[in-house]
Amino acid sequence: MRALPEPAELVGEELACRRGERLVFEGLGFRLEPGGALVLTGPNGSGKSSLLRLLANLLAPAAGRLLWRGVPIEADPAAYRTAIHYVGHLDGVKPALSPREMLGFWAALRGERGPTVDAALAAFGIEHIADWPCRWLSAGQRRRLALARLIAAPAPVWLLDEPSAGLDADGEARLTAAIASHRASGGRVAVATHQPIALSGATVLALERFAAAPRDAFPV
Amino acid sequence: MHPFLGLIRHDLRLAARQGGDIGLVLGFFVLAVVLFPFGIGPEPELLRRAAAGIVWVAALLAAVLSLDRLFAADYADGGLDLIALSVMPLEMAVLAKGAAHWLTTGLPLVVVSPLLGLLVNLDSAALPSLVLGLLLGTPAMSLIGAIAAALSLGARRPGVLLTLLVLPLYLPPLIFGTLAVEASLSAEGARAHLLLLAALTVAAVPLAPLAAAAALRQALD
Repeated sequence: MRALPEPAELVGEELACRRGERLVFEGLGFRLEPGGALVLTGPNGSGKSSLLRLLANLLAPAAGRLLWRGVPIEADPAAYRTAIHYVGHLDGVKPALSPREMLGFWAALRGERGPTVDAALAAFGIEHIADWPCRWLSAGQRRRLALARLIAAPAPVWLLDEPSAGLDADGEARLTAAIASHRASGGRVAVATHQPIALSGATVLALERFAAAPRDAFPV
Repeated sequence: MHPFLGLIRHDLRLAARQGGDIGLVLGFFVLAVVLFPFGIGPEPELLRRAAAGIVWVAALLAAVLSLDRLFAADYADGGLDLIALSVMPLEMAVLAKGAAHWLTTGLPLVVVSPLLGLLVNLDSAALPSLVLGLLLGTPAMSLIGAIAAALSLGARRPGVLLTLLVLPLYLPPLIFGTLAVEASLSAEGARAHLLLLAALTVAAVPLAPLAAAAALRQALD
């Protein structure tokens, strides 16, 4: 029997993901240490977004398991939920509400009580539009608002799906700075991306290496 | 702020900012009741006998009309992911959504129901049992509706599916609600039927969130 993994890390073992009839990937494993970064690369359809949703416990893996601090996440999903932030393609921004109201709501969902909303707005440079209705926001500004969630309520694991989509150079710089300071304080981040992203010492997980063999389609 | 209260406040704020939704439900309720005298004739005695059923059926249909917005918008824009990932259990989030839905649809229906009762010639002695019945029954309707709303997520025509799923489930509140009004005019009294309505709501509070949360997890997967 192998030794238990070190605590305080996120470990995936032999993960497989099935979408409908199709096995997207299989046999995927990784370790995400404190301060570590995982960059998910691969062509469209290789399962980057699925892996992130799987890491967010929104999808159940078809095989394999995920361990958070040595404990399978299904054993204590509530503890794992409080440890992660997920920023996906869809941002959940309501056109009728203002960025300040959205962030306040998201922070409340995370159980955050402190006045962290202003700091989060400033970290992504959207404090000047904090009280506009979100329907006036551009795609890049909405993306900044979604990312400001990360600052409004701290969580040790960030799961980011194409976080720089729609961001300008300033937005990307702020994102890079936020990730760097998160990692410097022991946070972990998993990023799915097509663009080269400036993450020092990141582990690259190329998803095409775990693509399932199309054995169903071509019986031998 | 506790996430439960935060979610209720968020939904109430959205409803207030998009006032049309509440207006739509109330408008439907009023119109549906007003249509009945045109359909069955304006005879006061006939209306008096049908009044409780008319108001209850109209309230029920108005509540169904509002159910599709319970989860559909959050499902479409990704907000449901964030609610599922909040620090509270999904069941509690469903309860918060149901509470906000009741405050923005059930409660307004209860408030205008005495006026509509008088409009269809309901005996004024029966008004308290009509209002009290709706007050006790509509929370159960919001919560049972949450199950159907969660089940219909991702369907091709969610509104139609939702209606088909939920209307049979609304039979118990409809039966006890109209019986309460009738019984209040007899020596029997409305108490037993009102207690049954209260029991429906009390049972729905823990059970409906369990079912709806399971359906939501299925929809997110």
